[in-house]
Amino acid sequence: MALNYDRALEKYEPTLGLEVHVELNTLSKMFCGCSTDFGAEPNTQTCPVCLGLPGSLPVVNAKAIESSIRIGLALNCSIAPFSRFARKNYFYPDMPKNFQTSQYDEPICINGYLDVTIDTDEGPKVYRVDIERVHMEEDTGKSLHVGGATGRIHGAEHSLLDYNRAGIPLVEIVTRIIPGTDKYAPEVARAYVAELRDILRSLGVSDVKMEQGSLRCDANVSIAPRDSQTLGTRSETKNVNSLRSVERAVRGEIIRQANRLEAGERIIQETRHFQEESGETRSGRSKEQAEDYRYFPEPDLLPIVADPAWVEELRLALPEKPSVHRKKIQEAWGVPDKEMAAMVNAELLTTIEETVALGAEPTKARSWWLGEISRLANEKSVEPTSLIQPSEVAQIIALIASGELTDKLARQVVEGVINGEGDPRMVIQKRGLKVVSDDSALMVAIEAAIASQPETAERIRGGNIPAAGALIGAVMKATGGQADAAKVRELLLKHLGQG
Amino acid sequence: MAAISREEVAHLARLSRIEMTDAELDHLASEMDLILESVSRVQGVAGEDIPPTSHAIAMQNVMRPDVVVPSLTPEESLSGAPAREDNRFKVPQILGEE
Amino acid sequence: MSTPIISQTAAQMSAELAAGSVTAVELTNAHLDRIAAVDGDVHAFLHIDREGALAQASAVDASRKAGEKLHPLAGIPLALKDVLAQKGVPTTCGSKMLEGWRPPYDATVVTNLKKAGVVILGKTNMDEFAMGSSTENSAYGPTRNPWDLSRIPGGSGGGSSAALAAFEAPLAIGTDTGGSIRQPAAVTGTVGVKPTYGAVSRYGLVAFSSSLDQAGPCARTVLDTAMLHEVIAGYDPKDSTSINAPVGKMVEAAKKLDIKGMKIGVVKELGGEGYQSGVTTRFNEALEALVSAGAEIVEVSAPSFEYALAAYYLIAPSEASSNLARFDSMRYGIRVGDDGSRSAEAVMNMTREVGFGKEVKRRIILGTYALSSGYYDAYYGSAQKIRTLIKRDYDAAFAKVDVLVSPTCPTTAFKIGEKSNDPVAMYLNDVCTIPVNLAGIGSMSLPCGLAPEDGLPVGFQIMSPAMKDELMYQVGGTLEAALQSSWGKPLYASAPELAVR
Repeated sequence: MALNYDRALEKYEPTLGLEVHVELNTLSKMFCGCSTDFGAEPNTQTCPVCLGLPGSLPVVNAKAIESSIRIGLALNCSIAPFSRFARKNYFYPDMPKNFQTSQYDEPICINGYLDVTIDTDEGPKVYRVDIERVHMEEDTGKSLHVGGATGRIHGAEHSLLDYNRAGIPLVEIVTRIIPGTDKYAPEVARAYVAELRDILRSLGVSDVKMEQGSLRCDANVSIAPRDSQTLGTRSETKNVNSLRSVERAVRGEIIRQANRLEAGERIIQETRHFQEESGETRSGRSKEQAEDYRYFPEPDLLPIVADPAWVEELRLALPEKPSVHRKKIQEAWGVPDKEMAAMVNAELLTTIEETVALGAEPTKARSWWLGEISRLANEKSVEPTSLIQPSEVAQIIALIASGELTDKLARQVVEGVINGEGDPRMVIQKRGLKVVSDDSALMVAIEAAIASQPETAERIRGGNIPAAGALIGAVMKATGGQADAAKVRELLLKHLGQG
Repeated sequence: MAAISREEVAHLARLSRIEMTDAELDHLASEMDLILESVSRVQGVAGEDIPPTSHAIAMQNVMRPDVVVPSLTPEESLSGAPAREDNRFKVPQILGEE
Repeated sequence: MSTPIISQTAAQMSAELAAGSVTAVELTNAHLDRIAAVDGDVHAFLHIDREGALAQASAVDASRKAGEKLHPLAGIPLALKDVLAQKGVPTTCGSKMLEGWRPPYDATVVTNLKKAGVVILGKTNMDEFAMGSSTENSAYGPTRNPWDLSRIPGGSGGGSSAALAAFEAPLAIGTDTGGSIRQPAAVTGTVGVKPTYGAVSRYGLVAFSSSLDQAGPCARTVLDTAMLHEVIAGYDPKDSTSINAPVGKMVEAAKKLDIKGMKIGVVKELGGEGYQSGVTTRFNEALEALVSAGAEIVEVSAPSFEYALAAYYLIAPSEASSNLARFDSMRYGIRVGDDGSRSAEAVMNMTREVGFGKEVKRRIILGTYALSSGYYDAYYGSAQKIRTLIKRDYDAAFAKVDVLVSPTCPTTAFKIGEKSNDPVAMYLNDVCTIPVNLAGIGSMSLPCGLAPEDGLPVGFQIMSPAMKDELMYQVGGTLEAALQSSWGKPLYASAPELAVR
């Protein structure tokens, strides 16, 4: 019988390592002046350098160096006094020079860490993720596989290459092995990527859009029997392009590896690809025969010797850490630890902050995002922020506050916005969702309800207030839910001499 | 003793994406032997304390400002392409990872 | 009989253009005619850009007519080594791989030439991707030495040196990774300079070995070479290794004709046993001429030079194996075997098999080996350390002397085919020129006479400290003047007449 996650964890201990690639948001590419704008027509942002034309030469983008150093500083790294680019040699059609200009044994930042907090059975717990290195490299072009049934690489008849992305600056952030995560490996992985993303966003060095590929995570996972002294063989899962997927990929990989070992098979060192639909990983390139990248110092570029005074200047100018910022928010909003953790874990703090900044009351903003919207997002297996904008939520909350919407109607508005019926005002108009606040219209409905349930009305008159629920329900039903329940209650009780 | 085997030469040819016939491999393996014998003289000449020189003229921190300069037109970029389709380089099917 | 215009120096042509006794178009046509007449035998050119050359020449003539201030070399024809990208003009690097490729951009050297109004006649033949010492490795057939058509014109820039010696152009551009400017200059009786690494932009120079490659000026006289040097040198923000400093006054140095009190070091390790006797004879005569001109000759030792050749034949192939990886048939160049069923990888393999010649493959394999994990430290790493030792040898020598000298090559031009099956013997040609590239310093080869035994030109090498390229022009100019006055005419004027077709 196949092992599930809990059973797998009983027998095996997982080990985790993460590599995150971040596309920097510089205006121009890493080694040439071509624009980095996303979504341009194919090969319109290319030049001799990023096409690797014979004779062309790279020149380093100063802003990319600065951003990399700032990332290192924010991750508590040492900035290398001497750093260099190297050539990583391997052939691939999306790589114009057939070597990637990258950093090898002399990266720009080394030895940092990042603390992440996750919810455990024993309450919130801090894990320190050690960062081995932060290094710079260049992105590759994009290939489009044409022909064949699936549009995938397998079975394609030929491929079409667009080098607009080739040469966009990338920063790779590599963790050391993260020890002791045990069953929380998936949560730690997610929390790390989330925290890293928040830091990168606060630094303003990247768009950090996982869906667009400006932040990409590779998860290295291995497992070993609980009594084992050695680490297991690891797999490297790529294509993980959402926070949710990070968690699912690690979990899925632990289960897969455990079941392989259970079946007496061995784990192959390989690249695997995360499948968004199934939550499983699929085998990619085997790394059994270690690639020989023949690294050597890039002769066309010169060493980077960061001036300590400049580094200090950059350090002093770093923005507030997201963790510090969170503490401030928690105090300002007066939120208990558990609820704060809920917002952070749901990845919705920034979104809720944005909603509050647009005038919403923090408690309300929180309950909408963590409640109804998260529920709908969960149903659809998407991120809540992909469903509705903070501005729309703020607008809905304002409409409730002004009495134009009831909570129940508001839920319908949210549903309408999510279904693409337009902004809240348009949904209200199209669906005719207006609070019935005309007392006389409500009274008609109340009297009808009393007439249909005379015994209940009698009980209320006799002082049984809770019995009012049945009549209020009937009124709400009669008005199609468009009445304000509190108002109905008030009018009903008054009418029956209990107001 | 041969410094390099025929199998090694075949591996190097694969690494450098050059198809070679058996005859070529044989010939190259024997030539490589001679060449390696003469270039091996570099070994052990310089002590541990001698730093390697990658750039003869020592310079550092050469950078350019983050400024966008005009790209080539797609027509220019694709002017040398052996095959193209819709302003993209058309290449044979790529085997390997996605 | 007055000297035909094509036999004059660039400086003389410049004066004639300025005087209006000849137009740039006439001068260009005279050279195009000469090429048509002799290049069938010499095969210095791979491509003639008649249209582009004449357009540039008429533009210069028009500017001159309009009274604009022109560069002294405006309107002077030039032969460009086919390893430099010129927009819209075929650039093959002597390889089948790049057959038909027309770059969409200009190398910075080409931009500088165009700005000065220099007329680029066409692209010259070379050993494939500049790998070789004889131009026999060109995929388009060998170039022949105008002094003896059965002999090599040197390499890799044999096309450029032969064009000068055959009076097909008064100026040429070469590139020098291990001697590819100086050795061809030596064996064709012309002048060639490898500037300090970083003095001339490498942007647009198709890389062989990035840390060694350097483009430089070639001509028939030291002064012409100096004039061209000043046109092509200078800081270029597109090349990270470009030196950000003003270009020295090469022309002024070449005209000084005064070396009194200068100390000139003869490198003990670059001469003696194994050197052709006529080479040694002429070299020693040149030393005497320098002494007569007032210089002091000192013998210096550079003990690490004996490892230079080995270090070079590891570093250059290593970098080349990476630089030449881009030739994969995906984006430019030829594509072989794409029948719709083969994979990109298979097509790459077939293209590289067909597109690269033997020597290029040999060096790619050697370089791939030297960079492989497990061998890196023993080969590439050790070679980079030798580089440090060689630099230190130069530093020690230049602490004692102003310039260093040696023969440019151990022998005069050898016969075509003589060494093509012995790569190790072929590599020995570069023994005197290679240390310069490893240390990044500047160096010149100029003719110092004909070897008595074969009547072929002998080259004299002058090495100057990094970023002091003026010094080699000062010494070279003085030596050239002294030797020419003893011969009664320039050496190139003794070249045999070529058959005109």
